[in-house]
Amino acid sequence: MIPYESILLECVRSDERVMVLTAENRGHMRSAPALMGDRFIDVGIAEQTMIGVAAGLATRGRIVVTHALASFITLRAFEFIRDDVGIPALPVIMVGMVPGVLSDANGPTHQAIDDVGLMRGIPNISVFCPADEEDLRIGLREVIFSGKPYYIRYTNAPASVDHSKVFAPGVAEVVVGPTIGRRDVTILTYGTLLRQAVLAASKLTAQGIVVQVINMRTLKPIDEQRILEASFNSDLVVTLEDHLLTGGLYSIVSEILVRNRRSVDVLPIGFDTWFRPALLPEVLDHERLSGEHVARRIAEQLQRNDERRSMEISYV
Amino acid sequence: MTESHLSELPAFALRVREHILRMSTNGGCFTGASLSCTDLLVYLYTTYLRISPDTLDAPDRDVLLLSKGHDVPALYGVFAELGFIPRERLKNHLRVHDDLYWHPNRNIPGVEFHSGSLGHLLSVGLGMAVDIRMRGLDSRVVVVLGDGELNEGSIWEACLTAQALRVDNLIAVVDRNLFQANVRTEELIPLEPLTTKFEAFGWNVETVNGHDFGDLHSVFRALPVRNGAPTVVIADTQRGRGVPSIVDRADRWFCNFTHEEVGALIEELHGNSKATLTSETLVVR
Repeated sequence: MIPYESILLECVRSDERVMVLTAENRGHMRSAPALMGDRFIDVGIAEQTMIGVAAGLATRGRIVVTHALASFITLRAFEFIRDDVGIPALPVIMVGMVPGVLSDANGPTHQAIDDVGLMRGIPNISVFCPADEEDLRIGLREVIFSGKPYYIRYTNAPASVDHSKVFAPGVAEVVVGPTIGRRDVTILTYGTLLRQAVLAASKLTAQGIVVQVINMRTLKPIDEQRILEASFNSDLVVTLEDHLLTGGLYSIVSEILVRNRRSVDVLPIGFDTWFRPALLPEVLDHERLSGEHVARRIAEQLQRNDERRSMEISYV
Repeated sequence: MTESHLSELPAFALRVREHILRMSTNGGCFTGASLSCTDLLVYLYTTYLRISPDTLDAPDRDVLLLSKGHDVPALYGVFAELGFIPRERLKNHLRVHDDLYWHPNRNIPGVEFHSGSLGHLLSVGLGMAVDIRMRGLDSRVVVVLGDGELNEGSIWEACLTAQALRVDNLIAVVDRNLFQANVRTEELIPLEPLTTKFEAFGWNVETVNGHDFGDLHSVFRALPVRNGAPTVVIADTQRGRGVPSIVDRADRWFCNFTHEEVGALIEELHGNSKATLTSETLVVR
């Protein structure tokens, strides 16, 4: 039994309100369902029905954790999530499997690269994007028992960093570099690409560039203070995400900077359109999202910024 | 249930229809659709469902969900007559300071779940029915569907899942008024043979005259059938029932009458001469 399903099983056993539903997606729950009795329901390949059933259960006091591929739960069932979970703010957790680049060779139908934008756009719904299995474990109970609707961008990738054991919605964690103070670059990221951000940071550090990497953890609520601090104390802010540039972290950062009248250099790294389907390492390489590519893109941007600043000085 | 109780229901339904007509002005409402399910809702709330103003939050109450939410004036008319809400509150219809708009809102006592977008509440009702079964209660969940609403794939998806989960405390009631918005169902997306469709999905199927309280009682008193299958009651109804000027008319789904017309239609409801309607009708095609 993998840690994710162990935690779900523990939640089911410790609290009679908790129920687990799936739309015939059991890749990450192979053993636990048989031990959950009538608290587990597989509704079949029927994402809309799953969310409707979850809402019905939740009105009667249940906390319902639902599962489907990230693209199917957020797109096929979008209106059910908006109407039946979002409007009444019921405690239903939508867990989206293989989001972003994790859909690797499935092709564009399976590429949830708009899921964060869709889910955060629904009033009342929060968004948790763990970086890896350890990050998921640390936040999962808090999210399930928050009493709120949540979208979880699922991953069970092995951890690439030591995470803060304290999870709080809207509180990001610094995983590389100085906690506060001047640095050349701050990389803001979430989910699978945290590993690549850490790799990129080590390459940049070797070149004498001071880099901070922040794991956002929740994208709604968002750690606004951390983003503003980065805008004051770094020459370049990078948003790194396996998501469309519309609606995700780059959009969130832009909204925060405009609202706070901040103007800073931001390098957005994400997708403009669907990515080329292939196994994950090739996707990361082809889409220039591997640590090596990310380091190069940041170094190039720093170079461009230096050139621009020297031109500005020469005009003066 | 006594015969005398059933004999009182037509007068009760008449009062509900008056409420609907009074809500059909100053912005209007879905009058035609509301009048078709009035008798159904009157029968269910007065006779079948175990729910009253004192038990609105009781864990073992029965539940009714209005999935075709646009006929909510009928529901609010019933609520006003049963004392769930004061009758005077209906005067707040469409006013911004209250929650009485064109679709149900959970802030109104008696509304178990909001609706508006079609095809949602059969699955929500299924979730409630599952919870009721898990708790060992014998409450029933009744979901009122429009016949036009059966175009939605999510209804048939929920039908499949409901029979798979062997939930027999779930009762769908189809308000079969043969219209969807401004079109006759059989001329757009034919539903017949409807009975056979539900039977093929593994549901118990009953048909009933949705305006005959005796017939409704003879069908519903045997429900739910405890055979491990959900039940659907297909209720033959008429759009605009009770008001001859607008009965069975494609263009009288949503109505926004003048005050004078409302007065004349209420006269008509009580069997007096037919009203002359001059207000604009809403015709989509």
